Amino acid sequence: MKRKFADLHLCLNPKDPNSTPRIMAKAAALGYDLIAVPLNPDIPEAEISKFKSICNDAGADFSSRVDLTPKTRKQLMFQLRKLRRKFEVICVQCENKEVARQAAKDRRVDLLSFPFLDFRDRFFDWAEAELASNSLAALEVDTKPLLLLDGSKRIRLLSTLRREISIAREFHVPVVVSSGVAKEMLLRKPREVAAFASLLGFDEASALNTVSTIPSNIALRNREKLSCGFVAPGIRVVKEGADC
Amino acid sequence: MKRVKRRYLALQLETEEEASQREFLDTVWAAITTLYGEHGASQTGLALIDFNDQKKTALIRVSLSMLQQVRASLASVTQINGKEAALHVVAISGTIKSLKKNIS
Repeated sequence: MKRKFADLHLCLNPKDPNSTPRIMAKAAALGYDLIAVPLNPDIPEAEISKFKSICNDAGADFSSRVDLTPKTRKQLMFQLRKLRRKFEVICVQCENKEVARQAAKDRRVDLLSFPFLDFRDRFFDWAEAELASNSLAALEVDTKPLLLLDGSKRIRLLSTLRREISIAREFHVPVVVSSGVAKEMLLRKPREVAAFASLLGFDEASALNTVSTIPSNIALRNREKLSCGFVAPGIRVVKEGADC
Repeated sequence: MKRVKRRYLALQLETEEEASQREFLDTVWAAITTLYGEHGASQTGLALIDFNDQKKTALIRVSLSMLQQVRASLASVTQINGKEAALHVVAISGTIKSLKKNIS
């Protein structure tokens, strides 16, 4: 069966709205079947539908995503309560340990993301992985910093990511590799991203899963949960009314 | 002596300006050397088979055992001669004949 590739972190340039159809078309042409774009939490439903139609015209499926950057545990809980029913993918940018731990154990969080330049603020350790393994959260790795950094900064980032990914694999925490780019020139084909992921300690099959099966499953699982007939995993309302 | 298995890669260059064959090859070697060092680069068996600066395509040959590493290096290219660029693998094949058949 043909693999379906997904990029859960395709950024849009807010200063150039005309670039949106272009970058989506480029991603679809490069072989992505599903694209998730981080949106403003206050975005109206009509705007999301507009993005969806642009993406569908380009030949790819669209998933709405929101990036949360809470400062405290309480803020995170509040934002999750408010936004979980609106977006298909929720990513938490963990800027401190308190938020990182809460995000890892909360089943409403899909992706955990850490600052790529501030190595002391990357809290993906054994404890974080253990918490994440009991919830549904996956670790997100962007290729953008790996493409743009060079020298000692890239060496350090590669070494940190390799350590984090080995911890994640030990605790069976899924890893998602996304682009995180807003420029067409920095977009790469999914198989090239998978080859890049092999730098982080993945074998060929696992590297391909990080850009196909794992991100697709996250989006599809949440889409099902957000659909109107959903009751619980495996249970759906198929018919309603007096004759049931 | 065991025969070395090879793969042929068809590449598409995405550049703002035209790049020469020399610039392209220097960029690829630099990318491989940066990621895997000179020892790793020596194992790739990289050779340029064909380069078309008009169509911005290239055909290279690499050793099968280093294919994944070469793909990673090609993906890491963001500039050719100081200008923004990207290299995309269009097709991979075991022979030049079937590669040309695949891309035509």
